[in-house]
Amino acid sequence: MSASPPPPHVEMRGVTKRFPGVLANDGVDLQVAPGEIHALLGENGAGKSTLMKILYGFYRPDAGEIRIRGAPRRFRTPRDAVRCGIGMVFQQFMLVPSLSVAENVLLSLPGAGWRIDEPKAVRELAAQAARYGLAVDPRARVWQLGVGEQQRVEILKLLARGADVMILDEPTSVLTPQEAQALFATLRRLAAEGRALILITHKLHEVAAVADRVTVLRHGRRVGTVPARGTPPVELARMMVGRETLERVVREPAAPGEEALGIADLWVMGDRGVPAVRGVSLSARAGEIVGVAGVAGNGQRELGEAVAGLRRPLRGRVRLAGRDVTGASPLEMIAGGLSHIPEDRMGTGVAPRLSVADNLTLKSYRDARFGRGPFLDPRAVAAHARELAAAFDIRAAGVDAPAGTLSGGNLQRLILAREISARPRAILAFHPTRGLDVGATEAVHRLLLDQRRAGAAVLLISEDLDEILLLADRIAVLSGGELAAVVSAGEASVEEIGLMMGGSRRAAS
Amino acid sequence: MIRLERRASPAPWAAGAVPVVAILAGLAAGAGLFALAGVSPLAAYAGLLSDPFGSVFGWSETTVKAIPLILTGLAVLLPARMRLWNIGAEGQLQCGAIAATWVALWTPLGRTAGAVPALLVAGMAAGAVWCLVPAALRAWLAVNETITTLLMNYIAVLLVSFLIYGSWKDPQSLGFPLSPPFPAASRLWVLLPGTRVHAGLLLALAASAAVWLILARTRWGFEIRVIGDNPQAARYAGISLARNIVLTMGLAGALAGLAGAGEASAIAGRLQQGLSPGYGYTGIIVAWLARLNPLGAVLVAFLLGALFLGGDGLQISLGLPIAVVNMLQGLVFFCVLGGEALAGYRLVLGRGRVAAPGPALQEPP
Repeated sequence: MSASPPPPHVEMRGVTKRFPGVLANDGVDLQVAPGEIHALLGENGAGKSTLMKILYGFYRPDAGEIRIRGAPRRFRTPRDAVRCGIGMVFQQFMLVPSLSVAENVLLSLPGAGWRIDEPKAVRELAAQAARYGLAVDPRARVWQLGVGEQQRVEILKLLARGADVMILDEPTSVLTPQEAQALFATLRRLAAEGRALILITHKLHEVAAVADRVTVLRHGRRVGTVPARGTPPVELARMMVGRETLERVVREPAAPGEEALGIADLWVMGDRGVPAVRGVSLSARAGEIVGVAGVAGNGQRELGEAVAGLRRPLRGRVRLAGRDVTGASPLEMIAGGLSHIPEDRMGTGVAPRLSVADNLTLKSYRDARFGRGPFLDPRAVAAHARELAAAFDIRAAGVDAPAGTLSGGNLQRLILAREISARPRAILAFHPTRGLDVGATEAVHRLLLDQRRAGAAVLLISEDLDEILLLADRIAVLSGGELAAVVSAGEASVEEIGLMMGGSRRAAS
Repeated sequence: MIRLERRASPAPWAAGAVPVVAILAGLAAGAGLFALAGVSPLAAYAGLLSDPFGSVFGWSETTVKAIPLILTGLAVLLPARMRLWNIGAEGQLQCGAIAATWVALWTPLGRTAGAVPALLVAGMAAGAVWCLVPAALRAWLAVNETITTLLMNYIAVLLVSFLIYGSWKDPQSLGFPLSPPFPAASRLWVLLPGTRVHAGLLLALAASAAVWLILARTRWGFEIRVIGDNPQAARYAGISLARNIVLTMGLAGALAGLAGAGEASAIAGRLQQGLSPGYGYTGIIVAWLARLNPLGAVLVAFLLGALFLGGDGLQISLGLPIAVVNMLQGLVFFCVLGGEALAGYRLVLGRGRVAAPGPALQEPP
């Protein structure tokens, strides 16, 4: 479906947006034709989300103009944009969990008054859902739905409002490969009816799979707009990062030693009062990376917390270097040689208002090298911090700067520096590269492989299948809190793993 | 249109200017209060200043008031550094006074050379125990310590009444609710002859330095700072929250208890009602005006001590009730807290720029 030239459905010209200290968008142009799926590609911090939030009326641009169907528009609030037929699906869904799907859709309509004709809404929604392949029960309560279904509700909301410009912010980040395929089919149908779709992404293969054209942003500037098909991924990657980096890591064959981290028939209670981990048995040997794949919310967090001593298991055993540490405190796990790269960096991994130096000693401040008796020697703490900052390339205004001022990549390097310098026997790495750009991701991958070489066992919990396939020697697939399978790297294809993530068990092998 | 817009970070000049402007604003509002009470605000403020600072005697009395305020200020400040709100310094102070009285009057130690150290230690222990009840409830049962520490105050105050109307009442007091006077050996030493400035001053200054040292230079203080900044990260780093709650609150109670023991032993020389004109509650103001800095608490304690003293003077010279002084304290505190909160915002007139990114960024509806 190639774009018929005039007039573009969405036209942004010379859009500039400054935040204190950052030029988020610098004279960006964007044109999206009716019937087009346009990918907006770029690394984290390239300005994709800012540009789209401007189009959605959430920010006002400092310069530049926006035309919708040829008419210049100035949006003061998202309400203005919605009135112009623009809709956006955010990464964080905006749904009321206790209400039904139909109620959520009704709630989002601008004219929603006191009287609600729910049966009619249910009928209409069911028809819309069938038409666009958005399988979801309009009467179901939102809290009962999986993330994939919730996303479909968000799209149904846009349809109900009659949006003909749809912006989707990294829609596949929470989906299995199969769900992503289904979403792409829906998007194609939506575009075929003349809507303009904008897909924010940093995944190259998605661009080729679904988009017609792609605009690449880097450091807030538009690098170029090219046809999605026919532009090789390497070329897109070069545009995105400014150099060719389809990541290639050197991974020697594994030479695993003895078991460093063992989990046997582990059951862990989740926050909702039902077991989130159900009888998982898994072991990671010294010098081995074991990847745990799965869609978010399938027990990964509870599994990791139970291993780290942050959540007491219901039953089952955890072993660290041959010792039974079931129900041990976090301190005992740290002392036993477990390092933990937590899921939520800012919320768990650091004390953001404390200095970089303090955060680098967050787990080792009890050591004799940092002071005598009850006292801490600030000079020893600072010297240690400077050493690690240099070795791990942590860029900060100084070791006295608050950790909360660091960028995502630097913050993750700080956490890695602290966790790795403890010379761990086992590393629990939780989404270690989520939200990082290509350069920072590569650095993290190299560090994890270095640790594998140094004889540590790594339990890598990640939603990023590419990352798991790249690093892991063995892959465990977690689905519904159970292990769907444990396979050796190279033994299963992406599709197979994706199917298992979606709940289908591997045929007995 | 006028609206508030969040700043990406507090304005650079705010750190110095905000407290000063806030205190002035509080005093200006207080002027209105005095006018309402039918007194010239100028005369009132002149009186407020001349009594505490106008003479050597004034200075010494300001110091006398500052001593318990330093200690109660520290008792609030230390737990606040790990986000625990000790509203119970008043009750802990009363318990310290009770324990000191018990040592002075009802143990053989009271008449020996070891009396003063013994009653001070007893006062600290009693304050600590009083504070450990809410601490334990918080640490192991997650009971909100703000409420429990506050309620424990009423128990402590009534306990004092129970004793001085009852079994500890001085038979020679002509029916007044007072304990018998302390023996001379149980009176805390006066530092400056001719004044009431007592050795508690040295203890309070040492306590302030010690709390600073703990927070800034020890492993324990490091744990407190981590918990105060991010309890989740503390747990992740293997820092025990329960242990720190108990230790910090225990020390806080001991500091307030020390204040009570000092007041009973040095100032009143007996257990009686009105031993504290609200030192425990004013400690909350001391802690926050000092921005939770233990060294700053000393300075603030002197300022608020002067306010107490000036208030006493106003009662006598202008016939104003003590409530006016309490209200003035409240106004200043209110303005300072408001100033702290508003320092993170700027006032935008008309249609300004859209909010900066950062914590201000609300997600779309």
